Formats: sequence, structure tokens, C-alpha cells
Amino acid sequence: MDREEVKKRLRDFIVTELLNNPKYQVSDDQPLITGGMIDSFSLAQVGVFVEDAFGIYIPDTDLTVKKMDTLNMMTDEILGRAG
Amino acid sequence: MISKETQTLIQPIIERAVRQPDRLAVVFIREDGIEESITAGEFYRDACLFASALQNQGIGVDDLVIVVLKHSRELLSAFWGSLLLGSIGSIFPYLTEKLDPAIYKQRVKTLVAHSGAKAVITFAEFKQDLTTLLADVDCRVISSDEVISSISAGSAEFTPNDHILPEKTAFLQHSSGTTGLQKGVALSHRAVLNQIRSLSEVLGVTPNDRIISWLPLYHDMGLIGGFVLPIVAGIPLIILSPFHWVRDPKTLFTYAAEHQATISWLPNFAFNHCVRGIRRSDLVRLDLSSIRALISCSEPVRRDSFEKFLDTFNGHGIREDMLQASYALAENTFAATQTIPGVPPHYDRVDIQSLQKDKFAKPAEPGGIGSVAMVSNGKPIPLTEIAIADSDGMHLPERYTGEIILRSNCMLTEYYHRPEITAQTIRDGWFYTGDIGYITDGELYVSGRKKDLIIVGGKNIFPQDLEAIANKIKGVYPGRAVAFGMDDERLGSEGVVMVCEVESGYRGEAQKQQLEADIRTHVARETEITLMDVRLVEERWLIKTSSGKIARNDNREKYKKVFLDGRS
Repeated sequence: MDREEVKKRLRDFIVTELLNNPKYQVSDDQPLITGGMIDSFSLAQVGVFVEDAFGIYIPDTDLTVKKMDTLNMMTDEILGRAG
Repeated sequence: MISKETQTLIQPIIERAVRQPDRLAVVFIREDGIEESITAGEFYRDACLFASALQNQGIGVDDLVIVVLKHSRELLSAFWGSLLLGSIGSIFPYLTEKLDPAIYKQRVKTLVAHSGAKAVITFAEFKQDLTTLLADVDCRVISSDEVISSISAGSAEFTPNDHILPEKTAFLQHSSGTTGLQKGVALSHRAVLNQIRSLSEVLGVTPNDRIISWLPLYHDMGLIGGFVLPIVAGIPLIILSPFHWVRDPKTLFTYAAEHQATISWLPNFAFNHCVRGIRRSDLVRLDLSSIRALISCSEPVRRDSFEKFLDTFNGHGIREDMLQASYALAENTFAATQTIPGVPPHYDRVDIQSLQKDKFAKPAEPGGIGSVAMVSNGKPIPLTEIAIADSDGMHLPERYTGEIILRSNCMLTEYYHRPEITAQTIRDGWFYTGDIGYITDGELYVSGRKKDLIIVGGKNIFPQDLEAIANKIKGVYPGRAVAFGMDDERLGSEGVVMVCEVESGYRGEAQKQQLEADIRTHVARETEITLMDVRLVEERWLIKTSSGKIARNDNREKYKKVFLDGRS
């Protein structure tokens, strides 16, 4: 899987589905949850999206603020599991 | 169940520990998913340890004990320990990853100082900081780890206080707010027992029921429905951590199926979270047919949330007659009304114009323009009476909207140490809820709120608290920030919007995006609230009342017109 492609799809999902503002510019290392952009509840939805879009199951123990606070961190979690 | 002779909340626990010590009391599910079964005998023994530790620290009858613990067996035991001693227990939310630790600890101090608490029970990691912070206050800080380690040291036997009077305050529920200046709702043993009896009767609770809950215990829904009721009534409780559930909402259902749970309480947004946050692969083989009631309360119940939930889970044993609703508030201990399990929810189609403008819920044709389906919260529970009052306190006929008022045998005794607020809200024996609704066919429909309160995911937020945070941020024109709630259908709850006037000099896009990020970060770190939208506007954009206050409703309307027109 191409890193930039994964990041792009994640970014699109976040701005349209979670931020409800497709024009918002999310930078790669911007803290999304601790920065008050998205709720920690949204991580469960990120888990659903990642399974539907990439066929990858991130165990709930890794769907945490510590591991998923930025776009780059989320991308790492996905790519680390891609076969 | 509870015998007629029972007068206090601790009697059934003591009796069960003696007569049925091996009976299952709690299945405690740890953060890591490991399950621990706790029998009635063990539950009582653990609570005694905390009661003994409190007693050794000089804590006694009617002293306020604040429990600051995260999801743990100690949290359960510490709360009941304070009750066994005859002191007054109260659970405070624990620090989370999002909150600023320094602000959070200061908030604990504010609560302790204002409420006159005599002891705080917390984890070892907090003890030193809190001890330093509370040095000038007459309050002991007790570490739960020390209490537990006293088991091996052979702690003294504890004899529970058997002189507790039914009208004595058992515990406080802190109803709302985020600043540490919350109102403590004082509830007597008698009031809580009356609530448990009435609610159990409506729900048809039997010893075969099993209650499952992920709800936080600092909130009435979690504290009463998901803790006190099952413990006192002797119904096994399966309890999991709120953080665990939020991260992985399927856990509620997988543990419900495993333990054949029958009843659970959920705020409306939780129905949406289950629909949006459970992965398809986790739904395979999920069987929820043991459930007989999923009760929506603590925030407005929405028909579309019920419908989406049914669509998603009807292949897994969920039926419409399992979906129930309740109007609940800490000031009535918990439930004031309740629908009947086994009967599908009642909807009342009304004309929205008439509801908003004429304060009358005029019946409307299904599908007609401007018709909206209101969800019934059911009839009052036994010995709770509900009425709708106009601004003069006069009771209104059916279908007219006004303030929901109630009187019952399970009402609060007072707001703890706040006689002025108690006098304002309890008048001629009626409690004025501040919520707006109407009654038809004896059933209550909730349509709004008198106060500017915002309810996000069942949690009450005062816009003033958020505005105060924004006003401190450099770049925001002081006193020119407004916060209000906006319906968020996807969330199944309200979202919070802030509009702030910006000081001159903040012109560039980059500067503005940074200021927006600052506002979001401060609000999240101080309140855990994720703002749905932040708008930065020029000076004098916000509408003020003739007395110079920021008019929240008018600014919400202006926001909708300026920023949302054409978007939805």
C-alpha cells in the first residue's frame, strides 16, 4: 500500500465524515484528538473505516489516543499491519 | 429483591453477605478485558475495608467522602465503604488523557473546598499532589492502594453503622457542569430505595435479570441504573469501563451475549455510536436475544437513532419492543418516567410550527409538511407525579408545552449546602426541572429546555463555562464569545458551536487557523468537549441583549443563517 494514498483516503474520511468540513486543511502531524479537532469516540469510526477501506482490522487496544492522535500515526498503524 | 422491612441501602448488602455470600454480585470487566466475578460476600468484605480505612482516619457519620478513582474494583468498594460507615459518598470523574492534569486537580480542590469534604479516596499516583493541594483544607487524602494492602496486614474488623436513619443523606450526585462548582444532589436512603422499588416494578425486574453497563458512575444513569440498583436489588451487574466501550462499542454486546444480560441504560448518542462504531466483522454470530430492555435516557430520545439501531441489529436478536425510553434526572434519584418493556416505543406526530410558536403539540398527519415524530418517555413511575407548568407555576392541560415539574417520594433532600438553589427549584413541594415538555395520554414528551444547557452525549455542559475558557485566550475579544448547542443527527446528540469575535490584528488565514486550534485545544483540555464548529468573526458581529449580555439563541439563529444556509 502506498503511504500517500492511505493518508489521502484517511484525510478525506476525517474531514468529510468526522469534521464535517471538507475544506479543512489537516496537517500530517496535527494532534486531532488532544487538539480538540475530533472526539475520542471517533476512533471507533476510524476502526470501521480502516476495515471497510483497506481490509485491515486494528485491534481496539490500539485504537487509542496515544497511538492514533495524528494522520501520520494512524497511517503507521495501518501500514504496520498491511501484508 | 428488597424486602418491605428494608430501610437503608446498606441493609440488603449486609444481609446478602450473610445469607447468600456465594451469590454473584458483579462481573467486573477490567480495562484489559479480563473478567473478575465478585460474590455478595466478597463485595461486602471489600467495602468494609474502605469503611474501616475511613474510620481509622477519623471520618464519621455525615462526613462527605469524595471518590476520585477510575474504573476499578476499588471505585465500587470505596463508594459502598463510605455508605457502610454512614458518611456521604460522592464519585467525581477521573482524569482522562484529554484533560489538563493541573486544571483537573485544581478542580478537585475547588470541589473539596466548596463542599466541605472530609476525605478524598484516590490512587497512589494522585495522593502526593492532592495532599499538597489540599494542605490548607481540613481533608484527608487516602490512597486506595494503601487500603488494599491493609488486607495482608490484617486490618481491623469493621462493624457497619446500624443506626443509620432512612432520611439520612446516603450520597451526592453531582448533576452537571464542568468547573468543580457543581451542584451536589443530596439523596436520602429512603429516596433511593423508593426509586429502586418503583423503577423495578415498572421494569418487572426479577432475580433472573442481569444488568450490563458501561456508563460512568459520576452520572445518575450509571450510578443508579448501572450500579446502586443492581447492588441493592441483588441483580448481577456486568460492568465495563466507559473508555473501553467508547473505544470499542461492540464490547457492550459481546459481554451482554456472554453473560445473558437483560437490561441496559444508554444515552441516545450511544445507539448511534453502536451503529457507526462497530465493525462488520465483529457483528458475525452476535446474538443479543437475551436482552429485554435497552433504555434510552439522559438526553432527548430520537426516533431516527432507534430506527438506525434497529436496521443494524435486527438480524442479531434486537426487536423494536426492546427499545425503551425514560425521562431521568439526578434530582428524582434517577427515572421520573419509564416506558414498558415489551411494548414498542410510542411516537406522537405533531406540527413543529405549532409546537415552537404556539406552545401546543398539535397532532399532525404522518409525512405532512412540518410534522415531527416525538418519542414518548412513558408514564411517571409509581409515586412520582409529573405536571406541566406555565411561567407562573399554573398547571397546563394536556398537549400544552411548559416546564416539566414533579413531586415524588424519591426526590432530592436538597442541593448540598446550597439552600438558595434548593429554594429556587423546589416550590410548594414541586421540583422545577428546567426542561420543557408536554403530556398526552398520560405520557411525557420532552421538547426542549428552559436553560441554556447543552447536552452532549448525556453530559450536561453550561455554555458559560466554555465562553469563560475562550475569553481567556489571546486573540479572542474578551467577553465576546458565545457557545451554543446544535442538533447533530449523525452523532445522535448535540454538538457544541463557538463563535468568537477576534481582536483586530488577527487577519491572516494562518493566524486564524492557529487561533481556532488554540480555542479547540483549551476547550478540550479543560472540559473534554470537542467543538463541532468554531467561527471567528469580526468585532461587533455578536448580538447582545438590551442589558449587554450575549444572546445565545439569537446568535445561534444568526450563525445558522450566515454559515449554514445552503449547506444542508
